[in-house]
Amino acid sequence: MLGSTIIVFREVLEAALIIAVVLGASRGATGRGRWISAGVAIGAIGACIVAAFAGRISDALNGRGQEFFNAAVLLVAVAMLAWHNVWMSAHGRKLAADMRRLGHDVMMGVKPLSAMLVVTALAVLREGSETVLFLYGLAAGGTGQLALLGGGMLGLAAGAALGFLLYKGLVRIPVRQFFAVTGWIVLLLAAGLAANAAGYLNQAGLLPVLSPQVWDSSNLLSQHSLFGQTLHVLVGYQDRPTGIGLIFYVVTILTIAALMRLVSGNRRNTGSGSLATRSMS
Amino acid sequence: MSQFTFSLMVIAGFVLPLSATAAPQAQEYRIVIKNHRFEPAEVVVPAGQKLQLVVENQDATPEEFESHALNREKVIPGNSKANIFIGPLKPGSYDFVGEYHEDTARGKIIAK
Repeated sequence: MLGSTIIVFREVLEAALIIAVVLGASRGATGRGRWISAGVAIGAIGACIVAAFAGRISDALNGRGQEFFNAAVLLVAVAMLAWHNVWMSAHGRKLAADMRRLGHDVMMGVKPLSAMLVVTALAVLREGSETVLFLYGLAAGGTGQLALLGGGMLGLAAGAALGFLLYKGLVRIPVRQFFAVTGWIVLLLAAGLAANAAGYLNQAGLLPVLSPQVWDSSNLLSQHSLFGQTLHVLVGYQDRPTGIGLIFYVVTILTIAALMRLVSGNRRNTGSGSLATRSMS
Repeated sequence: MSQFTFSLMVIAGFVLPLSATAAPQAQEYRIVIKNHRFEPAEVVVPAGQKLQLVVENQDATPEEFESHALNREKVIPGNSKANIFIGPLKPGSYDFVGEYHEDTARGKIIAK
């Protein structure tokens, strides 16, 4: 039972921390609970489908299907988080002001909430499919149903509890600084996911590693420890990062920060311009 | 704002079309998973080269090959094989585990 508890806890923790950040980042938006719950549900169904087709996904693209799938899932999540931060840099100030003035939730619009729904669904899908595969393996291996269920539920509850604690911690931040803080967390979260994606693309043999281990801080803070794993999810901490992973990390931060600056500058000066074309050129 | 979504997706996804490029040539090393153990549990490989691990899971249940030291993570369904590219490695020892059966499924790559 302990084994299943720990594995389920680890997988759930990653998704729960991301959901906590997403809930924080959409704080004050009317209906965010519904959107994010829908994200969890879609992710859970998706996780079962992905787990059922795990063999097929693995075999796809000359045995590199799993890497491409994971990289794609991560990069879409990065794009959604980036989009959210860019949107917030245009509208966040007004949103926070409205929240303070009205003292209750305000309409945020469908677009930023749907971005958060996608991020939630993808997080649950990725971690959930691994959990389903693992539990399926245990069940097939003859572990008792009750022990399995008990162990899994305990892991789920513990992971969800930590996510809840993080959320409770986040909402203690005063509204005035709140979105600045969540903006930073979303930025680093996105950068960490991009670095993970780089890992999968390198694993598929598509990207060079550049440097296999830029440093090794596993003795200082193991990525396998609870704190190390939490930092891994939230800010992209890796105890033995690769060169390509670090480059993805830094480039993601710089790209999102530049887009955010562009949008908030543009809003002040010219209103809404043709940002997409400018950022592409 | 929807151009944004589009342009970000393009930026984020620009590497995927490169998937047509062939996997690099690399020497193969075979590892079998049986009864939730790696066989061999210790693989000696040359340092400074690209390598390909062919991990064959002979158990009926899925396993996740995971190594923080090698930055690798791959689910291997029951009764199937997975290719994992690693290296070039510096000389040293690199632990890996089967995450779903970490108490028994442990091994290391030794690069010389």
